[in-house]
Amino acid sequence: MSSANPDTPRPPAGRAGMKKELPERFRDYRHVWVFIELERGQVHPVSFELLGEGRKLADKLGVQLAGAVLGPPGEATQNAVAEAFAYGADLVYFVEAPLLADYRNEPFTKAMTDLVDTYKPEILLLGATTLGRDLAGSVATTLLTGLTADCTELDVDADGSLAATRPTFGGSLLCTIYTLNYRPQMATVRPRVMPMPQRADRAMGRVIAHELSLAEDEIVTKVLGFLPDSQSGTANLAYADVVVAGGLGLGGAENLQLVKSLARAIGAEFGCSRPLVQKGWMPADRQIGQTGKTIRPKLYIAAGISGAIQHRVGVEGADLIVAINTDPNAPIFDFAHLGIVTDAVRFLPALIEAFTRRLSPHSRDKLAS
Amino acid sequence: MHIVVSIKQVPDSAQIRVHPVTNTIMRQGVPTIINPYDLFALEEALRLRDAYGGEVTVLTMGPPMAEDCLRKALGYGADRAVLLTDRYFAGSDTLATSFALSQAIAKIGETFGPPDVVFTGKQTIDGDTAQVGPGIAKRLDLFQLTYVAKIASIDLAAREITVERRCEGGTQKLKSRLPCLITMLEGTNEMRRGSIEDALCAARSRIVKWSAAEAGIEDLTKCGLRGSPTVVKRVFAPTPRSEKAVQIDTAEKTLRDLADELIGAIFTRQPALEPELAFEAA
Repeated sequence: MSSANPDTPRPPAGRAGMKKELPERFRDYRHVWVFIELERGQVHPVSFELLGEGRKLADKLGVQLAGAVLGPPGEATQNAVAEAFAYGADLVYFVEAPLLADYRNEPFTKAMTDLVDTYKPEILLLGATTLGRDLAGSVATTLLTGLTADCTELDVDADGSLAATRPTFGGSLLCTIYTLNYRPQMATVRPRVMPMPQRADRAMGRVIAHELSLAEDEIVTKVLGFLPDSQSGTANLAYADVVVAGGLGLGGAENLQLVKSLARAIGAEFGCSRPLVQKGWMPADRQIGQTGKTIRPKLYIAAGISGAIQHRVGVEGADLIVAINTDPNAPIFDFAHLGIVTDAVRFLPALIEAFTRRLSPHSRDKLAS
Repeated sequence: MHIVVSIKQVPDSAQIRVHPVTNTIMRQGVPTIINPYDLFALEEALRLRDAYGGEVTVLTMGPPMAEDCLRKALGYGADRAVLLTDRYFAGSDTLATSFALSQAIAKIGETFGPPDVVFTGKQTIDGDTAQVGPGIAKRLDLFQLTYVAKIASIDLAAREITVERRCEGGTQKLKSRLPCLITMLEGTNEMRRGSIEDALCAARSRIVKWSAAEAGIEDLTKCGLRGSPTVVKRVFAPTPRSEKAVQIDTAEKTLRDLADELIGAIFTRQPALEPELAFEAA
């Protein structure tokens, strides 16, 4: 059991205050865990982002950071274990079974709840992906503990409780949520909300293998197939270095072409604000904002987007935000770095032309301009 | 077949305003709607009923005024509506909510016949947690199928269901068994216009109203604030960024000059970007 580890640092004295409230059965719950999301041989980058965040929490609590790797036997799963260490885990809990090959709720919930019941973490973090949300909801319900979704900030307060902050009411307010008397304290965080930590090649730490007591014929749900997205671009939006997006200020669906052309000219991904998805001008997986994708590009160009708070929440991590809008009082100018008050529909063709001109001398064909 | 659709009445978030001084939500006068994600679940349920026969029961938990959203659902063609309402439910988090709803669904099963499929929306627009659907599935031991884009087939005799579900980077085709819980993905169907008959029926229908006791809930410590492991400690407004955007002066400039100036300003702030973009553009 983790609580019996002789190498576990003593918890800070301040934790005593909270422990009084905590029922006896939860007192030996310790350490911070991150669920390492492995799908089709790839670790989802959100798991590394969570390890970065988990590291801070574990250090503050004076406890260890563990990765929980669930996957089929093979190189990819082994690799996920190594990557967990490279991104800061002190130890890894490891469940390896052929029936964990493709994500299904039943075996993953069983494996995860078994791990928690056996090794008792105080904090469990998961990515708010389709997989992570599917799993987190049933794990929390099985364990009858609290789960805070889509956190934008995680911290440990003076008495050692997890303070999980998330947007509420469409992002117009933030709230800080605690799970005081139950363990583990669970939270999900959406991809790109937390920065990517530095990767460092490190020696493997302790790996604790756990047997999954479940056989394939006990699982009702079967995976018949997987169809990858044809538009691979949509998957890259969250992790793109440069993003161009359009909003209602573009006036009509036909003007989205300008956004796509600009994106093509500078090798960017494109997206949109929520109203455009609601109008059916763009598919939902292109939506940027609190209920869509969170982005952290080096450059974000918002054309005709007013900047409602729910959009702002999704783009604030960008290094440089450029806003083009006719309304000088649009809220987007409150959080953009560079602004230009003009009609995006008229301005974008000039911007595309200027970018092409500016960038072409660097390209192979100098005469292209 | 018997299909239960769990829906929620939510404030129309597009019209929510935050009080500038007190940082509280100004609910007065904000219209309520059926959570938009739930409409995809309801429509899918109605389609299943139309194809396979049977009944659709809609369920909601909320204050007495949540009856409005049930009437709307009846207007779209649902056969029966159940309102779970009791002051004991006040302050429920997702765990307590899924407890109350699962108890009510069990009671619906006893009273009107066991459900073959329970539907919820993908998430709500006010809470955005996507946790209540999986919570209900777990508590009722239903097979959990989230983010379903399409119901490919149902074999009622064999109790089998095949669905396409949205997952990271693609679509998963899953075969599972009834009874199951489906959270329906948005944009997968379009809500029908209710018939005049349904509208009349909705206005006349008696809505089944259950208190906690009437829904068969004995353990009230699992409800409301007491049954909620999470505690909201603090609600606050996001801190505004201290400085506003640097504006590019547009006076008496051609669009071409403006564009050049903007690009210059971008690359001044992010010098490393220019070679990267040039590489991408090439």
